[in-house]
Amino acid sequence: MELEIRGLTKRFGSFVANDDISLTIEPGEIHCLLGENGAGKSTLMNMLYGLLDPTSGEILLDGEPVHFTTPGDAINAGIGMVHQHFMLVPVFTVAENVMLGREQTRGLGMLDRGKAAELVRELSARYGLDVDPEAMVEDLPVGVQQRVEIIKALANEAQVLILDEPTAVLTPQEIDELMEIMRSLKEQGTSIVFITHKLREVKAIGDRITVIRRGKVVGTTAPGASEPELAEMMVGRAVKLQVEKPEPTVGEPVLDVRNMTVIDARGHTVVDDISFQARAGEVLGIAGVQGNGQTELIKSLMGLVKPDAGQILIDGKDVSKQGPRETLEQGIGYIPEDRSHDGYVGGFTVRENLVLDLYKHDEFSNGLALRLDAIADNARERIEEFDIRTEDMDSLVSSLSGGNQQKVVLAREFSRPLKLLIASQPTRGVDVGSIEFIHKRIIGERDRGTAVVIVSTELDEIYALSDRIAVMYAGRIVGTVTPDTPREEIGLMMAGASTEQEGSHRG
Amino acid sequence: MADDKGKAVSWLPTAKVTVASILLALVVGALLIVVSDRKVVEAAGYFFDYPWDFFVFAGEAIWDSYRALAVGAAGSWNAVTQTLERAAPLICAGLGVSLAFRAGMFNIGAQGQLIVGAICAGYIGFTYDLPIVVHLLVAATAGIAGAAVWGGIAGLLKAQTGAHEVITTIMLNYVAVSLLLYLLTKDAFQREGSNNPRSEAAADTALFPEIFGFHAGVLVAFAVAFAVWWLLERSTLGFEMRAVGANADAARTAGMSVPKVYTLTMLVAGALAGLAAVQQILGHQDSLTANVAGAIGFDAITVALLGRATPLGTVLAGLLFGALASGGIQMQAGVGTPVSLTQVLQALIVLFVAAPALVRAVLRMRDTGGGATVMAKGWGS
Repeated sequence: MELEIRGLTKRFGSFVANDDISLTIEPGEIHCLLGENGAGKSTLMNMLYGLLDPTSGEILLDGEPVHFTTPGDAINAGIGMVHQHFMLVPVFTVAENVMLGREQTRGLGMLDRGKAAELVRELSARYGLDVDPEAMVEDLPVGVQQRVEIIKALANEAQVLILDEPTAVLTPQEIDELMEIMRSLKEQGTSIVFITHKLREVKAIGDRITVIRRGKVVGTTAPGASEPELAEMMVGRAVKLQVEKPEPTVGEPVLDVRNMTVIDARGHTVVDDISFQARAGEVLGIAGVQGNGQTELIKSLMGLVKPDAGQILIDGKDVSKQGPRETLEQGIGYIPEDRSHDGYVGGFTVRENLVLDLYKHDEFSNGLALRLDAIADNARERIEEFDIRTEDMDSLVSSLSGGNQQKVVLAREFSRPLKLLIASQPTRGVDVGSIEFIHKRIIGERDRGTAVVIVSTELDEIYALSDRIAVMYAGRIVGTVTPDTPREEIGLMMAGASTEQEGSHRG
Repeated sequence: MADDKGKAVSWLPTAKVTVASILLALVVGALLIVVSDRKVVEAAGYFFDYPWDFFVFAGEAIWDSYRALAVGAAGSWNAVTQTLERAAPLICAGLGVSLAFRAGMFNIGAQGQLIVGAICAGYIGFTYDLPIVVHLLVAATAGIAGAAVWGGIAGLLKAQTGAHEVITTIMLNYVAVSLLLYLLTKDAFQREGSNNPRSEAAADTALFPEIFGFHAGVLVAFAVAFAVWWLLERSTLGFEMRAVGANADAARTAGMSVPKVYTLTMLVAGALAGLAAVQQILGHQDSLTANVAGAIGFDAITVALLGRATPLGTVLAGLLFGALASGGIQMQAGVGTPVSLTQVLQALIVLFVAAPALVRAVLRMRDTGGGATVMAKGWGS
């Protein structure tokens, strides 16, 4: 089936999210849609999937104009979508999830689970998906859950499959497996629209690449284009993909974590007897697939979660019983993993957010009342220094772009002398231009002699910044390696194989 | 008292929606006046013979009722003082609800806090003989402190155990009512030689002095509104309250003590409701009865909603509701339109304010973001 988009435009008020977009998805091709966050990729796909109504333009299937008002229309026309956040019922089996919405019954309205299971087995075998129809979805690893989503789409006889940022939640090995599956789908005639902002993946799998910037198609190229070329198309100017990083001058340990264990509310051990050090003037990268205890580790370092055992020493002093304020006051800068969750107050202005954890300082208040002038002066300086693109300091932070929101957090944390910087996913949902800037500032902080701990699920980022890499899996640090360690090796560690032992690639 | 972000654009659409809501409520109210007027209903019976009668009578009924309402609310200095005295406790209690909203809490407990405040202020007011001024100050302080403790309990429970304030404040309302009924059967409270559950009125020495025809508590209400604005917009504590209200996780990560903010906020919110009780007991010289708080504690919630949880908005909403209350009595006395109409108007105004999309649709206004009134977080948050 050939899918053609002709002059598709979507306006939200005066904002043009998609501006006259035209592209064709040939049968059996993997078409990559490359663009930064907020470039309009999701808007485009939501129109294709019947979730949004185009302002103008049309969608054609095999030359016939079609009009989708609900996802149901799109599904019936043969378009399937795997969302970034899976739409699965965790307490249902794979077969039940697949039959959901298209339940088949026999006699007296009895659900025909057997037939659904049969279908799952058949599809699974045909495309090499390796999914057990009787397994409970919540027990499956993320990568397999994603395959369940793919089966769901295939069960609806999808001929065009849209994958929205499918690799964000996967380990490097799972990414390889996904690509294998994509190739096998393609061989059997399914077209795939692969949405991503990762250049490496685009080059690895794409047949054609369409780059979108600010709602417009910048161009369509072959996968032969180089990464810097693609990045330039995406951002609109030349970008340095490599952070310039002088050799570190490593000093004394600043942070010393000893045998720390954290048990969550459900009684699971999420951080399991972890010990490591972060030294002045170096970047320690903590790699790992999301959900392997990084969040809890960082939260306990900040005093947001009290560890159940072990010690956290900062400059030799145990801080494991402290709350966040004392920790911050000790000269620790913190960039949380999900900025909108606890990095800033969206309903506050830029000016207010820039002193969110500094308002008690003598500079900004006299104990009782805020010093508004000082707070405004501070805002002017930070906006200038960090190039925060905002209408003015009284704009709400929620109205800024992701990159600028992150710069607000960064600017605030960098506005006092630090001895330790803890940054979790510092560039998640941030445009390439801002990534460059944020990485530069982090390395700058390192060179000033600050100990830096970076947690990231993106190996590229870990490699770009780290002087040492610790890999977390299932609440433990399975090994600490140098950045010249090959990707595959770290990938294996992320899947649970420790450095010493040989292990199967899914632990 | 430019609130929020000090940006002209942010309050204008909201103000437009509010004014439009008031006008729409008056239109619906007019229909109610028409259908409840005897002469109009009779005229409708012979509508096809003399249609003109129907419209004349309907027009007269609407005009008379709203005219009486307006005159009763602000037609004379006496009416204005009535309005102010009725508005003052609504403003104080409304500020308590607004403050809690800003810290992310839905304080349904103004009523209970008011009742406890009234018990404390009343007890000091009618039991002790103290010199003038001193008596007022002691009684008022007792009332405010009692209500503050009552509110603080809900805050502390939320801070320490995570108990949802909506549940605890509603339950504390029941406890407060029962406490009052119990005390009114005791010798220390019940009026001597009477079997009614009613206390003595506060002594003259404990009353607010009267100036320009209204009691000085009214001025206190306005001063307190300014103080609450200062607290929210200019103080470090207010910064913490607003941060916790807007994003408690971010506040915690930034080093603020969220439990402390919850407790303090409910303490101050209770104190403000207590001030409303003091206005009633020491301004109106009400004696303690089962009904001493009327519906002020619940009207305070609508006042805060209508005022968008800002101090200035709360003052304006309190004045409007005060005007409706005092005007409504005049309307019933003068032209016989039931005073319940004003309650319907209050309810309609808030209803429309809560559904800005509806107002815009009816009046064909453009959506410029006159925000819905979503201030407290829902269950489970």
